[in-house]
Amino acid sequence: MSIIVDAGGLSCPQPVLLTLNKINELQKGEIQVLVDTDTSKENVSRAAESQGWKVTDIKSAGTGYQISLKKDPS
Amino acid sequence: MTKKFLATRWGIITVGAVIGILAPLLQKLGNPGNMGICVACFERDIAGAIGLHRAAVVQYMRPEIIGFVLGSLVAAYIFKEFRPRSGSAPIVRFILGIFAMIGALVFLGCPWRALLRLAGGDGNAIIGLLGLACGVWIGTLFLKNGYNLGRTHTTHTSTGWIMPLIMLGFLVLMLIFPQIDGENKSGILFYSTKGPGAMHAPLFISIVVGIVIGFGAQRSRFCTMGALRDLILFRQIHLLSGVIALVISAFVVNLILGQFNPGFAGQPVAHNMSIWNFAGMTLAGLAFALAGGCPGRQLFLAGEGDGDATIFVLGMIIGAAFAHNFGLASSPKGVGPHGIAAVVIGILVCLFIGFTMRNKTT
Repeated sequence: MSIIVDAGGLSCPQPVLLTLNKINELQKGEIQVLVDTDTSKENVSRAAESQGWKVTDIKSAGTGYQISLKKDPS
Repeated sequence: MTKKFLATRWGIITVGAVIGILAPLLQKLGNPGNMGICVACFERDIAGAIGLHRAAVVQYMRPEIIGFVLGSLVAAYIFKEFRPRSGSAPIVRFILGIFAMIGALVFLGCPWRALLRLAGGDGNAIIGLLGLACGVWIGTLFLKNGYNLGRTHTTHTSTGWIMPLIMLGFLVLMLIFPQIDGENKSGILFYSTKGPGAMHAPLFISIVVGIVIGFGAQRSRFCTMGALRDLILFRQIHLLSGVIALVISAFVVNLILGQFNPGFAGQPVAHNMSIWNFAGMTLAGLAFALAGGCPGRQLFLAGEGDGDATIFVLGMIIGAAFAHNFGLASSPKGVGPHGIAAVVIGILVCLFIGFTMRNKTT
């Protein structure tokens, strides 16, 4: 059961801020981020990758996207 | 191909560079000095064209603005990104739009024009850009402390069409009531016969350039405020690379066209009261940061269905009316009689918004 960050309906930069907060809190593991615009999808993916996380999957969810992020223990 | 390319680092650099090339060319073709494109100034001119203010030198239905929204609409539909949405504190966005415009008109330009002024040699632009960065920095402090205006909701497709339809309506008005040489009015539309409002590139060229930029900016998410915000907040330079490309290409084109004139005094449509250039843009930058986008970005968002961005744009147009009706806007002679008071009030209003509107999303 992975952690979900619901950033649906939030505008920039909130989705990125929420995602980075969660990344800093967990350090590793899996996070699902819900966003509803393509801009947020790109921004969240870019921010997560800059922190060394991998985008493992992006699928449509409702009117937006569910982004799966993962970082293995190092 | 386009879908992927324009969202990349090279994509946004390309879009920034294209804007930097087209803007000085529009100036060469008739637009005012260092104002090939200025979203704030052009929305102000639109407010004048429909008579919301009666400043006779700044009245013209700027086709570039119409093109920005329509270009973004087309891109959003082609790439299936049109998402009708609204409901994130629209009234607050309206107020932010009003004060963003008031701040921009104290400096005399939006961030795009600040960059174009810099590329044209206007040293006052440096002061304005520092003010902009200061305002955006204050905005990031609020963002870090949980500021947000709440979630949007998906809504009717036709809600997302409101801004494109307004712009189409403006275009139709312009075609029904075209400019008449030497006349300051054609039907219901006002047209400046002198001053910046009388300086414009041919309608067809302006609208085509507007559509091209609107298309590219929607794809690449070009945003001047976002460039500074992401740099300060996340140390990311993705958006900033587009902004830098804009300045460099506009500088080169200005050199080629003989439009580069370095200095502080006597710059076109500018004043050199540094404190108020700085403070005006601080207000504007803070308002943009709290609203989530620079004036250009708000137009592109409005084109892809964002009803809240539409409200912000309408706020800016109304703000321009206040700015000229109340003597808040600057002129080449300096700040307006009540410009300083308006900047102080605007910053207080933005601080009130920033301090009181926090975390209700979780």
